[in-house]
Amino acid sequence: MRNTLAIAWKETKSYFGSPMAYVIGAVFLALTGYFFVSSISRPFAEATIRGWLLPATFFFVFWAPALTMRLFAEEQKLGTLELLLTAPVHDWEVVLGKFLASVAILVGTLSLTLYYVLLLFWFGDPDVGPLLSGYLGLLLYGSASLAIGLFASSLTSNQIVAAVVGSGLLLLMTLADQAAQIVGGIASRVLEQISLTAHFADFARGVIDTHNVVYYILVTVFVLFLTERNLDSRRWR
Amino acid sequence: MAVGAADQVMVEVQNLTKYYGNFMAIEDVSFTVRRGDILGFLGPNGSGKTTTMRIATGYLPPTSGTVRIAGYDIQTQSLEARRRIGYLPETVPLYTDMTVEDYLEFMGTLRGMPKQRLRQRINEVIDIVKIHEYRSTHIGKLSKGYRQRTGLAQAILHEPEVLILDEPTIGIDPIQVVETRQLIRELGKEHTIILSTHILPEVSMVCNRVVIIHEGRVVAEDTPANLAERLKGTERIELEVRGPAREVMPLLRSLRGVMDVRRLGEGEPGTYIVESRRGADLREQIAQAIVSKGWGLLKLNPASISLEEIFLRLTVQEEEGG
Ligand SMILES: Nc1ncnc2c1ncn2[C@@H]1O[C@H](COP(=O)(O)OP(=O)(O)O)[C@@H](O)[C@H]1O
Ligand SMILES: [Mg+2]
Repeated sequence: MRNTLAIAWKETKSYFGSPMAYVIGAVFLALTGYFFVSSISRPFAEATIRGWLLPATFFFVFWAPALTMRLFAEEQKLGTLELLLTAPVHDWEVVLGKFLASVAILVGTLSLTLYYVLLLFWFGDPDVGPLLSGYLGLLLYGSASLAIGLFASSLTSNQIVAAVVGSGLLLLMTLADQAAQIVGGIASRVLEQISLTAHFADFARGVIDTHNVVYYILVTVFVLFLTERNLDSRRWR
Repeated sequence: MAVGAADQVMVEVQNLTKYYGNFMAIEDVSFTVRRGDILGFLGPNGSGKTTTMRIATGYLPPTSGTVRIAGYDIQTQSLEARRRIGYLPETVPLYTDMTVEDYLEFMGTLRGMPKQRLRQRINEVIDIVKIHEYRSTHIGKLSKGYRQRTGLAQAILHEPEVLILDEPTIGIDPIQVVETRQLIRELGKEHTIILSTHILPEVSMVCNRVVIIHEGRVVAEDTPANLAERLKGTERIELEVRGPAREVMPLLRSLRGVMDVRRLGEGEPGTYIVESRRGADLREQIAQAIVSKGWGLLKLNPASISLEEIFLRLTVQEEEGG
């Protein structure tokens, strides 16, 4: 655990040592802020965060890979992966440490959006339930997206390639939902099950269904496991 | 540092073979390094030095063969083995966005050093490699020479029993080359060291043992002094004998004019390399000895490449500018 935390701490510091963390946080706030404002400035608007929840999950398609693209690609480009992987550290500790650093940035960014919630309480009377479930959903959805972005970063030494591949994978997982409506029968059920978006609707409505929670956790763990396997398989190339 | 017998085997490389796809980078590489040795791993560019070191540090798996570090197998007891290694890769990879001090702290933590000890040790290694003025400088701003020192500091930080240094003097200026060699000699008093190089004089300046590798195969293993002697000219004969290796080796060694006998691989019939002084053609003598024992002599010919030819491909003089 000490190794994992050491790696997570190093990566978190490195986010703040470059403009990256700030740019990424600012972009997220600007986009969600826009959707938040337009959702509550309509007549008879409800005091909810639903107006920006769904758009936020769509931003993750680009946002998450932008955050994670550096994490392994840079190590491979600099060659530092060689020292990292010959240190007495398990591969999974490396993967987990980097993942946690990106989740820390996600949590930091999400906590900045609590400003919107404050506004809701100031000017209205929002339901607490949907607020909590909405944030839990975003955290789970975001973590799964970061895991997928991290996996893409472990595939290449080129950050741009990592970002493009990560976004591509996320786009597929997001659009699986749309595809489910076009095809029919079993295929439709399967696509719905793997779709990142299909499992989010309940959270936005204020319902925390364990099945949905387990889904995001499974996706995250599975993709982190793939990342670890990929690091290990590099040894066999 | 753990105490152990002076002649304890610290690194045991056995029959390493590595293929990159279909390309064979090293074949059947074996050597041992004992406690306190500074072993020079000498070979021209592309001979397989980096490949061997990457396998020895657990970065790459071999296609076949084993490496043991202080008795621990680098593949099956990887963490135990890795704990005992300090490694400086050829490219000196460093995190350019970190300061020297933060970097050392990070690497020390990964090596499991207790915080208190780590703080103290960082001061010590900064002292040893002389980078005081730069301890709070971002690594990206350091010159090549200072990066090299930071890389060395990282390698010795956790007081590893075995130091593996891949071409530690390339790409730095001549004054720093001299200093680095001095430092390695100094470190050799406390650590067992393997250093690779393609510079012949470096080996006699720094090392007490030499393994020469060429096109992925070990072609000689000796002390620098003996090697210098052999450099004056040797003849190598390769032969294939069907007969008990335990008896063939002593017989060949006993022949007049033979300087060294090595066996390649474990195959049956065995392949042997016999070295003799230049000009002494021992082929007839060898053939007679083998046949008189009733063993089968399947092949007898001058070895394809002589030590001398390999030396020609090595850098035999200090390059200008290191
Ligand atoms: N990752 C790799 N993939 C394919 N071939 C490689 C790889 N690394 C090294 N080689 C080849 O293996 C041979 C040995 O390389 P290397 O171990 O780097 O030698 P040295 O360090 O002695 O210069 C060279 O011919 C090199 O081109
Ligand atoms: Mg090399």
